[in-house]
Amino acid sequence: MLSVRDLDLFYGDAQALDAVALEVGEGEIVAIIGANGAGKSSLIRTIAGIHRPARGSIRFAGREIAGEPSHRVCEMGLGQVAEGRQIFPTMTVLENLEMGAALKRARQGAKAQLERAFALFPRLAERRRQAAGTLSGGEQQMLAIARCLMGRPRLVMLDEPSLGLAPVIVEDVFAVIARLRREEGLTIVLVEQNVAISLALADRGYVLENGRIVMTGAGAALLADDRVRQAYVGL
Amino acid sequence: MLLANILVAGLLTGAVYALMALGLSVIFGVIRIVNFAHGEMMVLGMFGAWALNRFLHLDPLWAMPLVAAALFLAGYALQRGLINRFVARPEHMQFLLMLAIAIMLTSAMLMGFGPDARNVQLDYAFDSYDLGGLLVDKVRVLAAGGAVAGAALLWAFFRFARTGKAIRACADNYLGAQVVGLDVKRLYAITFGIGAACVGAAGSLMLLLVDVHPYLATDYTLLAFIIVIVGGLGSLGGALLGGLLIGLSEALSGFFIDPSMKSMFSYGLLILVLLVRPQGLLGRRL
Repeated sequence: MLSVRDLDLFYGDAQALDAVALEVGEGEIVAIIGANGAGKSSLIRTIAGIHRPARGSIRFAGREIAGEPSHRVCEMGLGQVAEGRQIFPTMTVLENLEMGAALKRARQGAKAQLERAFALFPRLAERRRQAAGTLSGGEQQMLAIARCLMGRPRLVMLDEPSLGLAPVIVEDVFAVIARLRREEGLTIVLVEQNVAISLALADRGYVLENGRIVMTGAGAALLADDRVRQAYVGL
Repeated sequence: MLLANILVAGLLTGAVYALMALGLSVIFGVIRIVNFAHGEMMVLGMFGAWALNRFLHLDPLWAMPLVAAALFLAGYALQRGLINRFVARPEHMQFLLMLAIAIMLTSAMLMGFGPDARNVQLDYAFDSYDLGGLLVDKVRVLAAGGAVAGAALLWAFFRFARTGKAIRACADNYLGAQVVGLDVKRLYAITFGIGAACVGAAGSLMLLLVDVHPYLATDYTLLAFIIVIVGGLGSLGGALLGGLLIGLSEALSGFFIDPSMKSMFSYGLLILVLLVRPQGLLGRRL
């Protein structure tokens, strides 16, 4: 469904991505793990059309999208839950969700989608009139996920959804991710520093180091790999 | 009673100032570009209303929506074609770009309309309402009414319209707006168009009160800056409050001291606010 080849990205002279390649099949959960600064967020943002790659191909649902602006990429059904949540703090929860449904692909049926979002996250329904900036970190993460779903994506890229959350909340977030694949058939790309929990959930994983893919394999196999355990799981 | 007359006149003129400053505030609050051509756009609006009156005998009040629509289109095209390329550039480049636009606008207006002051002849120019001893000029009431209507429309747009909310989202979180798939560049163009429409509308209304000539532009640019800084940069309520305050301050200094001293007091107010509350009266943070 998503196929990335030979992707290079530069910030000025600094190379952030170096010949990155990855494949994501329909209905899969694929984890991308790596240390801080390995290029995970750069990869997500390049696929999402926020950064322009210097070279390489990104194909989504049979179409080449490398170099397309982010609003076109979103319109094709490639959604993103960004690092740091990136909600609209002074707008209400409801307005945040409306912004998620501003895409043409999502305008029809936005009402029904809103009901589903509230069913998935009852806390958001309770706080729909509240300014999003006043929500707790976990609630903001739920809002970011719900806002992305409002755009009716076929594939969702989640960037560090566990960042800064209490362990109990992290479990909730990952339970939701698993449920989205199971119940909605969503394809999911998961970028995480929390390697243990994300590889346990993922079908397959890629290890990113200094902008390069250095290892790939089934989630469980990567989790059992000594090098991965030493470098990322802290065992 | 005379003082009350002066106060009311100041407030009414201030409402037109407020609409002008709203345009500047909207543009800065969303795009983070300082429109150094704001006064030039104001004078362009005045000349637009003047031309509509001269050739089509349209009252400036009815010219207002036409002028606002024309300036919206011009502002949209300017942002889309030119300014969007400068949004991510260093501030000194943005400054030079906007200054160049300002100078070109003034030159074009000098060529098109000449340096002389021009005004509109209205049969109600000297009418006034007598409210229990309080004398209020009819032109001032109409101008302020138009300004209030413009500001209310703007408020409703940002509060209820889908595009208005999307523009607020861009101002709230630029990356977030990209993440949800908003077309930020298009929304920026609409925003600049709205800012230009506000100042164009204010220009049409101002023509009810003063004569127009191209050299007014710099004064209005500075006036808009004073208002927006006094009220709080990027705050719409602040632009309204600042406009009314500056209108009052001009009227009072003109009455008690001398009309030619009015800008001295506006700048005095600016310095006072910068000293005591640098984020502006209703500004959020600095």
